Amino acid sequence: MSLRLFECTAHQIKAKILSKEIRASDFIKIVFDRIKSLEPNIQAFITINEDEAIKKAIEIDKKIESNENVGLLAGLPVAVKDNICTKNLYTTCASKILETFIPPYDAFVVKRLREEDAIIVGKTNLDEFAMGSSTENSGLKITRNPWNLECVPGGSSGGSAAAVAADLSILALGSETGGSVRQPAALCGVVGIKPTYGRVSRYGLVAFGSSLDQVGTVSKDVRDAALLLRVIAGYDLHDSTSANVPVPDYLDRIDSGVDGLRIGIPKEYFTDAFNADVYKALKDALKIYERLGAQVVDISLPHTEYAVAVYYIVANAEASSNLARYDGVRYGYRTSKPNGIIDMYCRTRSEGFGNEVKRRIMLGNYVLSSGYYDAYYLKASKVRNLIKIDFDVAFEKVDCIICPTSPVPAFKIGERANNPLEMYLSDIYTIPANLAGIPGISIPCGFSKEGLPIGMQILGKHFEEKKLLQIAYAFERETDFHVKKPVLKISSM
Amino acid sequence: MTYEVVIGLETHAELATITKLFCGCSTKFGVEPNTQVCPVCLAMPGVLPVMNKKAFEYALKAAIALNCKIDEFTNFDRKSYYYPDLPKNYQISQNYHNMGIDGYMDISVNGTISRIRIHNVHLEEEAGKLIHPEEVGADYSLVDFNRAGVPLLEIVSYPDMRRVDEVESYMQTLRKILLYTEVSDCKMQEGSLRFEASISLRKKGVDRLGNRVEIKNLNSMKSVLKAIEYETMRQRDVLDRGETVDRETRLWDEVNEKSARMRSKEESQDYRYFPEPDLLPVLIDEKWLRAIKDTIPELPLIRRQRFIETFALSDYDASLLIDEKILADFFEECVKILNRPKSFCNWITNDLLREVKDRKLDIYHLKIKPKQLAALVEIIEKGTISSTIAKEVFSEMIQTGKDPKTVVEEKKLVQISDEGLIEEIIIKIISSNPDAIEDYKKGKKNALTFLVGQVMKETKGKANPKIVNEMLMKKVGV
Repeated sequence: MSLRLFECTAHQIKAKILSKEIRASDFIKIVFDRIKSLEPNIQAFITINEDEAIKKAIEIDKKIESNENVGLLAGLPVAVKDNICTKNLYTTCASKILETFIPPYDAFVVKRLREEDAIIVGKTNLDEFAMGSSTENSGLKITRNPWNLECVPGGSSGGSAAAVAADLSILALGSETGGSVRQPAALCGVVGIKPTYGRVSRYGLVAFGSSLDQVGTVSKDVRDAALLLRVIAGYDLHDSTSANVPVPDYLDRIDSGVDGLRIGIPKEYFTDAFNADVYKALKDALKIYERLGAQVVDISLPHTEYAVAVYYIVANAEASSNLARYDGVRYGYRTSKPNGIIDMYCRTRSEGFGNEVKRRIMLGNYVLSSGYYDAYYLKASKVRNLIKIDFDVAFEKVDCIICPTSPVPAFKIGERANNPLEMYLSDIYTIPANLAGIPGISIPCGFSKEGLPIGMQILGKHFEEKKLLQIAYAFERETDFHVKKPVLKISSM
Repeated sequence: MTYEVVIGLETHAELATITKLFCGCSTKFGVEPNTQVCPVCLAMPGVLPVMNKKAFEYALKAAIALNCKIDEFTNFDRKSYYYPDLPKNYQISQNYHNMGIDGYMDISVNGTISRIRIHNVHLEEEAGKLIHPEEVGADYSLVDFNRAGVPLLEIVSYPDMRRVDEVESYMQTLRKILLYTEVSDCKMQEGSLRFEASISLRKKGVDRLGNRVEIKNLNSMKSVLKAIEYETMRQRDVLDRGETVDRETRLWDEVNEKSARMRSKEESQDYRYFPEPDLLPVLIDEKWLRAIKDTIPELPLIRRQRFIETFALSDYDASLLIDEKILADFFEECVKILNRPKSFCNWITNDLLREVKDRKLDIYHLKIKPKQLAALVEIIEKGTISSTIAKEVFSEMIQTGKDPKTVVEEKKLVQISDEGLIEEIIIKIISSNPDAIEDYKKGKKNALTFLVGQVMKETKGKANPKIVNEMLMKKVGV
């Protein structure tokens, strides 16, 4: 069966556009037709950027027709998570408090997309301010998992993962604080990268946990991930925490294989706590790696059990401060007829923020309060360092670490919504990488009995994204999980 | 009951950078509201701060000049509080690692030097400004964010001051140090230098400090002193009644010269400090520290002492000169050209300052140059002009920036020393003032002064007074 155009990968479409087999403007129309037919079911987007996208596609066509140089992403549709600022295009963070906010500037990564001639198709749904693991915390809409519309797409980059999984976009940007790209990528059966902290500029990414946040990629396969990462990675003067480390061509020698590589399996992660299907998929994946010449080694990350606790102290502390600016003074939602400034603050924030955001702001303020700072924030910072050291020690022995991305496949919408603690545990395997600042990639590695995708993540040393992509590609080449498509019924918008 | 007053000061000085602390916006004062703003200083979602190196170096320079210990590791922290003029609702400041700690500053009161310890010096960002509408019953306020993000230096003293004259000297000396190091323009009227005082009273001889009251909204040095005096009286009354002073923050009301409670200790804010994750720690190595140290000029108190010793100036004159670095520099330039310190000191502290005051000149942009003042003093000594004429020449010089010789030539002010010419005039004056001659001969000495005056008047002040005097005495036969 030949692929329908919207099912193609970025590489396939790029080749067709560059060889003038199809025009960017024709392809983008196909994408918007697809969005129109499926979006009512999926609800991946908060804002659809059709007019600007078509204009941009026509520009690119002109460039190609006149044989001008075009960018690395020429004519490729990219969906952008709605907590990444886009000039003159709504950036809501899926929050009522920013529902009307239009940024006057582009995020660094958006600027890079534009420079490389990508086409921004729209802004995708997320858990409000990226706080959540199911996208159910969106203050604006509920996104559904293309593999089962009754299930969540994961989160917080649920809109981006669902959009790529349902072929509503070829590529997407997400963001991570504790697994928000890798986890929804796993739950939607697509590829997600969380780069090294500092690899990608955070300028224009609406801050949640500043010491953890990174923009990440969502794509249909590993090679597309390599392409997109190359575009968004790099040093930016506007982000003091971005690293001045050269960006390699991640596609170059991506087929190097895994012969002789040592893969670490953290014993703390492989408990019987997780789903049997996930367990089996992982075991099978490791067998493939062994067959390809890699050696699987047991390792220990002894401080794993503290990761979730540390994460919710550090991330919430930073969030409580980062979200203080939404006060109704300068932009965004402001309550009507406030009775003085305190009342304006209280009502604006009470009405503008959803429950999960409020919960985290309160937790964050609590752990930073005088008298509690040492016991919580300072202690958490110290344990965070121990977690980082765990990885440093492990990487002396192994080239990468492989573990499940999520302990379970996609769960039903509403199933965990009233149990925040259980929801927090969705990120148990992804959080440590954010705390340590190391890169990780989640790739499809199987399906559950119910037919839901299962993701496997590969973690590596700081700035070794290239190696991770090689390891991921070695597996992808041997399997066809990434080419399977969800069956979606078309409805009209 | 006699009490000891214990006073500490917190000083805020805006640093003299041309751009803000974390973005490229201009720091220019007094422009149209909200014209010097960008996504960063407006705290738009997603923006990040980037440290202004110059501001960091200015803060470091001030910390060194105030004899602080400088840690190799400095970091920034978020200080959280909600206020509409604070865009992020947290201020990037320093709490856990300051720019400098445990410094000191020597101050002089009536010639006695005392040492005031500095608790810490740290760098932070300025807030915007609220503008309250004048209309009665307005239910809104406006915010001008032009100032938001301007680099601000905070200098916290230990409570080492006991009297208002010490406080005054502390403020003046600190201002001078900031001006000498050129880290701040210290314009109090533009709010670029501000003080907050904390005051407590304790019985004489008691070690333990009394409850401290902080006073805010002090808009001038004068109000600092007035507020301290007021607060001293207020606390004395409270203690005399056998009550205890509440720990609180009070606001000074300049018009009524009173303070009123702003908030009590219980209502004091929890700033929830934590390290700023958007900025990296700054490491200060030896080389950098030395380079900054090398840019610190001789500081005022030391310079004053040197002026007294090297140029034999009085304490008063030296103090006047060092008061403004630019004047002290001017003075030294002059002395370098011509070694007449006393003379230059007089010109600068008397004539120059008077002209500056009368004509409202900006001492930072004077038209007269040291070279020209030196030339003026030289032609006085040579006798080309009299010192009386010199005042007129100087006045012209300071207004136009012309060389003294040019002024003298243009205005034909050359002194008349030609004895023949002077004799003619003297003969004329003697013949037309016979009464004065009679008086003089009768022993009235003032008569001679009168005649000299007449000669000077006739020559429009240009006659050499010495020659006139001598010749007159000869003529009238003494």
